[in-house]
Amino acid sequence: MPESDLASIWVYLSASPLLGLTVTLLAYIAAHSLYVRARQHPLLNPVITSVALLIALLSVTRTPYGTYFQGGQYVHFLLGPATVALAVPLYQQVAKLKSLWFPVVVTVGFGAIASGFSSMAIARVLGASLETQLSLAPKAVTAPVAMGISEQVGGLPSLTAALVVLTGIFGAAIGVKVFELMGIADDSVKGIAMGIAAHGIGTARAFQVSAEMGAFSGLAMALSALFSAAILPGAIGWLIGLGWL
Amino acid sequence: MAWKNTKTCVEPMEMTFLHGIALLLSYELLGEAIAFHLPIPGPVLGMAFLFLTLWLRRQPVPESLATASTSLLSHLPLLFVPAGVGVMVHGDRIAAEWLPVLAALIFGTLFVAISTAAVMAATKALWTQSRHA
Repeated sequence: MPESDLASIWVYLSASPLLGLTVTLLAYIAAHSLYVRARQHPLLNPVITSVALLIALLSVTRTPYGTYFQGGQYVHFLLGPATVALAVPLYQQVAKLKSLWFPVVVTVGFGAIASGFSSMAIARVLGASLETQLSLAPKAVTAPVAMGISEQVGGLPSLTAALVVLTGIFGAAIGVKVFELMGIADDSVKGIAMGIAAHGIGTARAFQVSAEMGAFSGLAMALSALFSAAILPGAIGWLIGLGWL
Repeated sequence: MAWKNTKTCVEPMEMTFLHGIALLLSYELLGEAIAFHLPIPGPVLGMAFLFLTLWLRRQPVPESLATASTSLLSHLPLLFVPAGVGVMVHGDRIAAEWLPVLAALIFGTLFVAISTAAVMAATKALWTQSRHA
């Protein structure tokens, strides 16, 4: 085939959403099979690998992100119903919540505020711009909700998405060791802390320890998403209004 | 002819999935409509309403909803990918601010894991004590 034909096919395909959608799925499938083959090594998290693959592909073909996202948006759109779907595992754990509702609510409320403001404060002290600080605020919240919060407070949702995944990977990697060093053996305590610090990726790690730790982690993740979405935008808006940010 | 079999082809299972997805989208729509004037993401409100509905019903999760939410949540990591690729737009920002970002990720996460574990252990001890007293 003459090169000009190839080029015109490329021009035609790259303008259609089909290409962006297809490469997203293919990159994820490849990344996931690599992850499974590496026995689920935390550093080979399929989100990181597939994002890296896609960025490399877009850079090599000089495709702007906006062109890619015309196809990617069909996958991205499903984050909305997936967030709503988190109500189901939350409801399935409601019996566990009942006996410990008070400590869980206090801890998650504290965690939502501590997580949002500690990451902003650290970044601020080290000279990060306001937009970066705001993008960091919801970094421990499950990604679909974190991106919504980031948008609300004036951060960059796509930067937040990457930071959320990195936070989850780091938290899942260190959490169990940290609780061991603290001398904590209670699975409900470890699970709650893991869910607040490292959302879904931490929850997956918690399930490897025990079903109880996993259930509490999932509960903390969902509650923390609700609390953070309810508290952070208002609190940050208030601080901005005071001129403190 | 294949099309003549459509009635028997539509298994209850497929309609179940469709009902579940339609229910999730309806709650999202409701959340978006109410969140329009609020500083809370619409899907989060949708999640809260769906949780309240399930809680007030006090019955097991309907099969349609369980099917749809399990299939969506089992592919949750894939759904972050298009947004994650968007980080390429922020290459310059990350090159300039990698140190505060990395420090916030590492020390923020350590602080949250340690402090929430401590708060949970303390409040749980107080709570069980007061209930047995």
